[in-house]
Amino acid sequence: MSAWRFFIEHRAEILEATANHMTLVITAMVFAIGIAVPLGMLIVHRPTLRNIALGLASIFQTIPSLALFGFLIPIPFIGGIGRRTAIVALTLYALLPILRNTYVGLTGIDPAVLEAAEAMGMTQSQILWRVRLPLARAVILAGIRTATIITIGVATIAAAIGAGGLGTFIFRGVAMVSDAVILAGAVPAALLAIGADLLLAWLERRLTVA
Amino acid sequence: MNAKNGSDNSDHTVQFRNVTYRINSTDRHNIVNKISFAATSGETLVLLGRSGSGKTTLLRLINRLLAPTDGQVMVGGRATTEWDPIRLRRGIGYVIQDAGLFPHFTVAENVALVPTLEKWDAARTSSRVSELLTLVGLDPAEFAARKPHELSGGQRQRVGVARALGADPKILLMDEPFGALDPVTRAELQQEFGALARRLGKTIVFVTHDLREALLLASRIILLQNGRMVTDATPQEFPQIDHPEVRAFTASLDPPTGAQA
Repeated sequence: MSAWRFFIEHRAEILEATANHMTLVITAMVFAIGIAVPLGMLIVHRPTLRNIALGLASIFQTIPSLALFGFLIPIPFIGGIGRRTAIVALTLYALLPILRNTYVGLTGIDPAVLEAAEAMGMTQSQILWRVRLPLARAVILAGIRTATIITIGVATIAAAIGAGGLGTFIFRGVAMVSDAVILAGAVPAALLAIGADLLLAWLERRLTVA
Repeated sequence: MNAKNGSDNSDHTVQFRNVTYRINSTDRHNIVNKISFAATSGETLVLLGRSGSGKTTLLRLINRLLAPTDGQVMVGGRATTEWDPIRLRRGIGYVIQDAGLFPHFTVAENVALVPTLEKWDAARTSSRVSELLTLVGLDPAEFAARKPHELSGGQRQRVGVARALGADPKILLMDEPFGALDPVTRAELQQEFGALARRLGKTIVFVTHDLREALLLASRIILLQNGRMVTDATPQEFPQIDHPEVRAFTASLDPPTGAQA
């Protein structure tokens, strides 16, 4: 069966899986951003917490994704089979790039600017919100972009624990030894990744302070 | 916090009382060593010295970016350690070599920094911004809406001076403010700033390693060497002083200027 015919015949199913995939990714990204950006702000002036947070986030990232999904299944409340487990795993996976870029962005600011801010009588929280954060925006967004691309790819594996998404086609295709079925999952996933990359790159350029 | 308005202290004197500063108390090496001097309104006190002589440290002790290890730095009659540092700093203008303008702020927003922090109303702030830009020789209509990266080095430094004067501080600290400029622009700004300083009547403490700049702007010159005070002299007295470090500095002047001086 040609891939094209399979696409046409299963377009409704593919579209649904794509929507499902996007929901997984977007939900995980909302959680990851909600955790990693505030945490990144918090660790600017707290070296101990910084080492712990960056260390933990690095560990999550080094666990092979299939193993991470597997580890989570037996854990109560967050685990089990299905979407919830997948979202937890994807969130953990997305933390490091966002956390690291938030920290690097907030601390990589021209020392003369920070010195002037402090010497003019800005409080640490004013410096954070009015100077560091606006100047770090583009770098933080670059981290979000990296994390999104990774998450779109890793989310295909979420099908292995019954979370649905485009991985469903890929796993099915592998089992059926059918390129057409694999491509039905892989091509939309790749397109999603490219689309997200372009969109976020555009946003990053708009937010860059010259 | 014992916050006080800058307006209720009429004393704008900066006074060092036997001040010593070390990075940490176990360190034997004093960055500045037993320094005493005072600077008052209308005066431009220049701290002159080589790199590492401790002059920038002295400046940072005034607005409590640093606190003395020993002795006291008095500002407006109170030790800096007794001030709320935020309140202290908002009453002290600060200009540094690279200007340190906020790249995401317009020129007007940069100049309005302290008035904004002090919650001035919009009308008062914007008239103050225009007044200050005019004062430093920038046309508000042309420059107010620009971003720092759209300015030349000299223009950025003018904005830096305007920002430091934002809420009309009584004390102005300047750390080699013209050091990164090309020689022609530097000479222009030095001339203009000298005239401005005489008009403003503020207590100005000015750090430089350039004797020519010191002679041009100072009402008094304090020469520092390895964290110690070598001399405290007027620009007229300074070249006559018999001290190896003074001679090293006078020798650094170009022969033509030296001959004229």
